[in-house]
Parts: sequence; structure tokens; C-alpha cells
Amino acid sequence: MRTLRFLLQKEFRQVFRDKNLLRQILMVPIIQLLIFPWAANYEVKNISLAIVDHDHSSYSEKFISKIFSSGYFIHSDYTSSFKDAYQLIERDKADIAIEIPQGFEKNLVRENQQKIFLAVNAINGVKAIVGTGYLASIITDYNSQIRAEWVQADRFNAAPAIEITSSNWFNPLLNYKMFMVPGILAFLVTLIGGIMCSLNIVREKEIGTIEQINVTPIRKQYFILGKLLPFWIMATFVFTLGLLISRFAYGIIPQGSIVLLYAFLSVYLFAVLGMGLLISTYSDTQQQAMSISFFFIMVFNLLSGLYTPIESMPAWAKVITDFNPLRYFIEVMRMVVLKGSSFHDVSHHFLVIFLMAVVLNTWAILNYRKTT
Amino acid sequence: MTSVELNNVTKKYDKEKVVAVDDVSLSVSKGELFGLIGPDGAGKSSIFRILTTLLLPDGGTATVEGYDVVKDYKTIRGNVGYMPGRFSLYQDLTVEENLSFFATVFGTSIEENYELIKDIYIQIEPFKKRRAGKLSGGMKQKLALSCALIHKPSILFLDEPTTGVDAVSRKEFWEMLKRLKQQGITIMVSTPYMDEATLCDRIALIQSGKILSVDTPSGIVKSYHGKLFAIKSDAMYKLMNDLRAFEHTRSCFAFGEYHHISFKERDKDYTEEVLNYLQAKGHTGVEIKSVTPAIEDCFIDMVEEKKSEA
Repeated sequence: MRTLRFLLQKEFRQVFRDKNLLRQILMVPIIQLLIFPWAANYEVKNISLAIVDHDHSSYSEKFISKIFSSGYFIHSDYTSSFKDAYQLIERDKADIAIEIPQGFEKNLVRENQQKIFLAVNAINGVKAIVGTGYLASIITDYNSQIRAEWVQADRFNAAPAIEITSSNWFNPLLNYKMFMVPGILAFLVTLIGGIMCSLNIVREKEIGTIEQINVTPIRKQYFILGKLLPFWIMATFVFTLGLLISRFAYGIIPQGSIVLLYAFLSVYLFAVLGMGLLISTYSDTQQQAMSISFFFIMVFNLLSGLYTPIESMPAWAKVITDFNPLRYFIEVMRMVVLKGSSFHDVSHHFLVIFLMAVVLNTWAILNYRKTT
Repeated sequence: MTSVELNNVTKKYDKEKVVAVDDVSLSVSKGELFGLIGPDGAGKSSIFRILTTLLLPDGGTATVEGYDVVKDYKTIRGNVGYMPGRFSLYQDLTVEENLSFFATVFGTSIEENYELIKDIYIQIEPFKKRRAGKLSGGMKQKLALSCALIHKPSILFLDEPTTGVDAVSRKEFWEMLKRLKQQGITIMVSTPYMDEATLCDRIALIQSGKILSVDTPSGIVKSYHGKLFAIKSDAMYKLMNDLRAFEHTRSCFAFGEYHHISFKERDKDYTEEVLNYLQAKGHTGVEIKSVTPAIEDCFIDMVEEKKSEA
């Protein structure tokens, strides 16, 4: 125990002397949490529209102004032919081109039907789908408006109609930040815990101090624990900092129990730190450790459900996510923070992460040798 | 009493392709200052790492203070002081913090064994609040020695302690070693500098993982048979080439301001022939004299012998 205390003392001394490390631990979460959630937003706005109006009637005028009044679209240009509008799309000046045919008003009034042509730039799939979705609902709305003007409403609707209304639970305003901030925080904690822990041990290898430690009678369990604990504490600190930022910058107050969050965090950190430790036992230089960590962090990040829902991934990717610790943490964060889930709801996550922690740490300790 | 014993120790790297230590056997007595002398890559560090339990030998056995380096590695780790060739203390901790860290790791304190390191530590004590990374080369080395000594080891392994250290510090360092030896600590030291060999009680000359000879420095010098000459002229580089081309030359190499030359018939005096030969080659200012061999001469001679055997 005494040895462990001195190891920890030494470790913290080194951390507090490393200005760069301190800056990283303090500044990275603050900056990332303050900037990232604003950028990671799926709400599509500013779709630029090129309009080809062959009709120039009051109806087409009304239609166009209705589109722009929605606030999602910005005006690219009026062109006299579809060819010109298409060129705007090609030059990436417009996302969608709308062609209103000649006689739009006349046919609509006389024949009760009319067609509008939409050409969508589908390079950015999300923007294309969301943009046409918006337009479609605007057109439907416009359509019913006209019907209301022209068709004398019966006392009862002639054709039965089902109107759908939905209510959004847990995030009623569909605020993306509510969804992203807890996820990003989980990612940050993983980054700081995992990478920094592995770099720290490899640094001892690189500057040769591990040789000096290895000839001492320090038991390897103590040495490893002496390495894990400081980063466990620092990552917990970063997590707390992150919770405060999400409370005061985004007004996110965890619905569930804070104790539950910290309980999960402490188990999770042992899994992540175990991974860092494992990486360090396989690398001889900080560069190697960095590239291995980077690879895993990339995979973890993209297959964590942070950006894209796991449910929409192909089956093989889903299998990978089952082995991704970050995925479980992000899920728990979102469940507890947004939904107020209880221990019972996340017990499966606890179990999986606990097993991962045991496996990774055992593997790392077995692989860490004081002798070559 | 033997302190260190190696029996047919072998260590190979790179899937058995590189033999770093080749069937080495030697023993070091208690209280001895033993030198492992050889060029870079001779296998000195590997031997040290095996003895300090950092490296497992592929073959043979080794004991330190009677303990087996494989089975009893735990006991050995508590009893040896090791100073690796590269400075490997925490550069971001201060002198004092490094020392007290290593003291506590061994379950002792600076005060407890202060007597042992006093001589050395007193020289760096004025800088005890300075970070180890900011020390000069000589001071780093003193700190490393202090850290290796702080738990009062019965044997000290110093791997090339004087490499990259200035001449004055080197001399000081060897004096420190002598004082430690007086306190009864066995010291095993390696160095690529032949001139340091004479400062040891006994030395082992090592080349390509093989021990060439183990003896006292004077014993090694005595074992040199035949005559050795020092020779110089106004054109040293040409002189070397010409001498090497000379039919009777066994070996010729630069040694300070002279070249040292030995002949194939080792006891014969070739002074006349050499002078005539060099005159014919157009050398001026030629000077030749018989010299007593140094350790370096013996080492080169043994390497030559090995080559001609092979």
C-alpha cells in the first residue's frame, strides 16, 4: 500500500508538471463540448433553390413565396430555362431546382391538377432527402389551401382522412444538442482515459525509466494500478467538468440518477484504461501507441451510434458495435440523461462493460512483463 | 566467495539469428571491481540485462549472490543496483524526488542509507531542487549512481557509466567506484574504453558475444607474447597503408600519435627491414621504438588471433 501511495504521488507530480498534458485535460473537453455540438446538427437549413417559373402567374408567385417563408430555403436564382437551373446545380450553386410549367394556374383551375418538376442534387444524401421532404409537405399544404379556396367544404368530409400528429418524448423540441452533448462527452472521456494512459506507460519505455523500475522489487500489479488510478481520477474529473458544461452551456440536466452515471463511468473507465494498458504493452514507442489508439478510436467513434443510428447499420457492423465499449457508454449516457433510465434498464450495459474491463485488464497484466 | 557466476550463458535475438551472448562463462568474486571490456555491440549490455533479471537467457545458467537469475529473480531485484547505459531516471522529477522515489520503492529512505551515497550525493546536493533533465551529463551520472546505491545493494551493475562523459568526470567516477569497493560492494562495470580497464581488479575482454580472455589487467598485458613497436613518420596515413602492405606485418593500427605494429614472426626484431622498406617508399622523419603493450594492443591481438583461427 505504501508503495502504491508513492507511485501515485510520483505520477501526479509528473502530471502537474506537464503543462501540455494539463492543457489537454482542461482545454480539450471545454473547447470540444462548446463547439462540437453546434456543428453536429442534422437539422438541414439553407437549402438553396433555383426556380424556373414558366407561368409567372399569381398562383406560381404564391407558391414560391410559400416555399421561402418556411425558412428552410434560400434563394439561389431565377432562371429562364431548366438548362440554366441544372447548370446552377452542377456548379453547386443550387441544391434543388423547381420547374413550374407554363399554364400552371390555368390548368390548376381548369383541370384541377398540375405537375411540378423537382430536380435534386443528391450528392449530400441527407440534404437531398430532408430537402425534398420539406418541399413535399409544403406542396401538400399548398394543395389543401387551394382546395379549401375552390371546393365548397361539405359538412362532413366526403373522403375519410386520417390526420397524423406525433408528440416527441424525452426531447420534445428535437434539439440535437440534447442528443449530441452526452454522446460527445462519453467520447471525450474515452479519448482522455484510453490514449493518455497508454502514452504514459509507453513514455516510460521510451525514456528507459521502465528499465529502472523493472529491476526494483515493485510488484507489477502495483505498478499497473499506479498507472491506472491517476488517469481514472483525471477522466472522472473531465467527466464532471463535461457535466457542468452541459448543465450551464446547454441546460441539460440529467433526468436519471447522477450516482448511476458515475457508477457506470467508474466501471467503464477500468475497461477503457485496460485497453490503453493493453495497447501500451504491445507498443515500444509513443508513436506506435498513438497510431494503434487512433485506429481503435476511429472505429469506436464511427461505430458507436454517436452520429448514425446503430439500427440502420448492416448486420456485420452491428456485430462490431457489440464489442465497442464506447457504444455502451453513449447509450447509457443518453438513456440516463435524457430518459431518466434506472439501473434496471442499463444492467445489461453494466454487465458487458464489466466483462470487458475484466478481460482487457487480465490480458494486459498477463502481457505486461518485467522481463523480456 | 563468488558474487556473480555465469555458466555457458547464451542469448540470441531476432529468432535465433543474432547471437548476442555466445556461451559465456565467468565468475566475479565478492568485493571485486570487475570490468567487462569490449567494443559496441559486443554483448556487454545483454549480459548485464541477464544478470539484473531483465532478460531471460536462452541457454546456460547464471547466479547473482547465489540466487538464480530466472528462479529467484525477486530476491535479486531487491539486492542489486543497476545503472543502465542510458540515463533512465525521471527527467521531470527533481534530483531529490528521484532519489526518494527509488528509496521508497525499495522500502527504505534517503536518511537510512545516506552514509553510503554521501560522497557522491554531496556533489549534486546543491542542485537537489533541480529537475533531473536539466542536469549536466556528469551530474546525471552521479544522480543515477546515487539512485542505484540508495537501497544498499550488495552488488552494483554499471553498464557503460562513463560513455559520453568528459575526461575529468570519468576520472572522478572511477575514484568513486574505488571508494565504493572499499565498502565491500561488488562492482561489475562495462566500458568500451580500454584505458579504463587498468582501473579494474580483473577484466573480461569480450568481442561478438564471446569472452576472449579473463584476467587481471597486468596478467592480460603479460600474456601478450612477442614484440610490439611504435612507429611514426611525417606522412602517417601513407605510413599506415605502406606498413599494412609490408610482407612481414601481422597487424598495424593507429595508437595516438604513433602506429603500433607487430610482425608475423613475433619475437624477431624487424627494425632494420622496416626502415629500409619505408625509405624505399619515400618516407621521411621515420621513428621506430619498441613499446610495452597496453590492454588495447592485447585486445586487438586477440581479435586478430580469433580471425586467423576462423
